[in-house]
Amino acid sequence: MDARRETEPTPMKNPTTTERTSERELVVTRTFNAPARIVFEAWTTPELLKRWWAPKSFGISFLSCEADVRTGGTYRFVFGHPAASKPMEFFGRYIEVTPHSRLVWTNDEGAEGGAVTTATFEESGGKTLLVMHDLYPSKDALDAAIASGSTSGMGETFEQLDELLVSLGSSVGRS
Amino acid sequence: MVQYTKARLDASFAALSDATRRGVLEQLGRADASITDLAVKFQMTLTGMKKHVGVLEQAGLVTTEKVGRVRTCKLGTRRLEEETAWLDRYRQLWDVRFIELDNVVEELKRKENTDGRKKRN
Repeated sequence: MDARRETEPTPMKNPTTTERTSERELVVTRTFNAPARIVFEAWTTPELLKRWWAPKSFGISFLSCEADVRTGGTYRFVFGHPAASKPMEFFGRYIEVTPHSRLVWTNDEGAEGGAVTTATFEESGGKTLLVMHDLYPSKDALDAAIASGSTSGMGETFEQLDELLVSLGSSVGRS
Repeated sequence: MVQYTKARLDASFAALSDATRRGVLEQLGRADASITDLAVKFQMTLTGMKKHVGVLEQAGLVTTEKVGRVRTCKLGTRRLEEETAWLDRYRQLWDVRFIELDNVVEELKRKENTDGRKKRN
């Protein structure tokens, strides 16, 4: 049994979906091949968060990752990027932390109009469906986020991402 | 979940079903114009033109901006396209994060199995 686990091929990657579900809401979904308690642990333990939130392939590195994951606790992520003159900061507050099932936090780095994100973890048959829901204060706030994302420096990051995806795609094709 | 996108597509088609509104889009393709300009060009009352522009604006095909007493209309057709592209990039960003998260999750699963076995032994 143990030996088999060692030689098991990497399971197929589960798809990620994104959708604008209303004038002020975005929804991201993804299934993970693990029970909710494990996925939740990876979201709420700073040392683990650090390993996946800023993938190496982005060229972004974590300068610090503080997260006091409990209701009323705060978080502050600081990233560095070779092309950025100063570190990028993302911070906010956890409004709700319900072990293994629900996380709600604010995104306060923008002057105003930050979204409130709700992540739910639904376990079924040993797998976990993650649904991430970004609720913006107004249609204008979401439109502005989209407009700035399509014109600002994000483009560069996405280009690197495109290259990475091509290489990932080709390695999947080979296996 | 595709309902919102579908509703907006429906709004676009409804907006395009009217000959005057198609004419207005064509006109705005050449140059921005005020509602008064458009009313004169299409021999229509100001109120009538306001309604047509309202339908086009609702569908995201036209944007308007009021400067002083003049409301200027311009084409806004690229919006939906830009949004689709942005959403796709947003999906890619999370997708790459989640691939890394898969690795963390797999490691935690293995660790849990090993720890579990140790306890049983």
